[in-house]
Amino acid sequence: MPSSINTGNTSFVKQIPDTDSEIRSVNTVITSSSSLDKPLASNIKYLLAGIFFGILLVKAEVISWFRIQEMFRLENFHMYGVIGSAVAVGMLSVWLIKKFRARSVEGEAIQPEPRRMNKGVVYGGLIFGVGWAITGACPGPLFAQIGTGATVTIVTLLSAVAGTWVYGLIRNRLPH
Amino acid sequence: MLDWLKQPWPWYVAGPLIGLTVPLLLLLGNKSFGISSSLRHICAACMPSKIPFFQYDWKKEVWNLFFVGGVLLGGIIAGQLLADPQPVKVSAELSTGLAGYGITDYSSMVPKDIFSWETLFTARGFIMMVVGGFLVGFGTRYAGGCTSGHAIMGLSDLQLPSLIATCCFMAGGFITTWLILPWILKL
Repeated sequence: MPSSINTGNTSFVKQIPDTDSEIRSVNTVITSSSSLDKPLASNIKYLLAGIFFGILLVKAEVISWFRIQEMFRLENFHMYGVIGSAVAVGMLSVWLIKKFRARSVEGEAIQPEPRRMNKGVVYGGLIFGVGWAITGACPGPLFAQIGTGATVTIVTLLSAVAGTWVYGLIRNRLPH
Repeated sequence: MLDWLKQPWPWYVAGPLIGLTVPLLLLLGNKSFGISSSLRHICAACMPSKIPFFQYDWKKEVWNLFFVGGVLLGGIIAGQLLADPQPVKVSAELSTGLAGYGITDYSSMVPKDIFSWETLFTARGFIMMVVGGFLVGFGTRYAGGCTSGHAIMGLSDLQLPSLIATCCFMAGGFITTWLILPWILKL
């Protein structure tokens, strides 16, 4: 019942099911055992994982507007190398996890949420691409840029939150 | 050792380590790597405004907010302890191209000639920070993911929608860089 949270209040506009595969608690009927009824402190490990990823974003210069420009202007292989090798390692890891039916440290079976195809993948993807080329940042680098001291990126991040909010407001009128 | 760490890390070191974030989050707690969803949780937590899209228990997804909090801290650590004192090295083509738009400051990875508090209320600065940021937030949620969620996690899991999304990210970026950005940078 992915659309169950969306039923209700607008009677004039058709409710579009939630196609967002990234929010597990919205998507799964059987709520996964992790993240439920766990003390807040159990999330510290994700904070540490974030620190690891944030340092990588900065040192790989993925947060650099210049590197993103070079990527889209086809002037430097760097970003293609970063993303390509990250995907290669990710693919191998997911394949191994599935092959050996690895479990998480909490003992849960590992099951990435399948992505659902819809027109938003195309329209939203193109819109994000425009924003990526202009700001030189995807959401992760926005957080890391602020950390490195580019405080004005707070404005860009708040604007991105506003963009997400407006999407939520008008999504039933958009093609999906 | 520290000197080596302070240099920009080559793609063949940083890329595979970034890829390891995928199994790291899966093994830590069956979490799918994805950053843009944090923006939705912030909306759900701070201003749900009775919008159905934001009516869910964001506290069940709080791990994601811890993760982006970590990314911010990682930025601070890298910026304070591992910062490269050298200016950002870019290709000769790019520096020639950007000089034509008055962009000559390479002291920061976020070019100060475009992104600064002083330029925020110029036409160019406003479009590049406020409008650009809005498109990032709107587009990623419309697509159901960003570079991390679709291009890295989705492709790692061989998801066709993620491949289509990634191609659209790139298409939007190429069109913008070649056809639209020259007009914005001229402002």
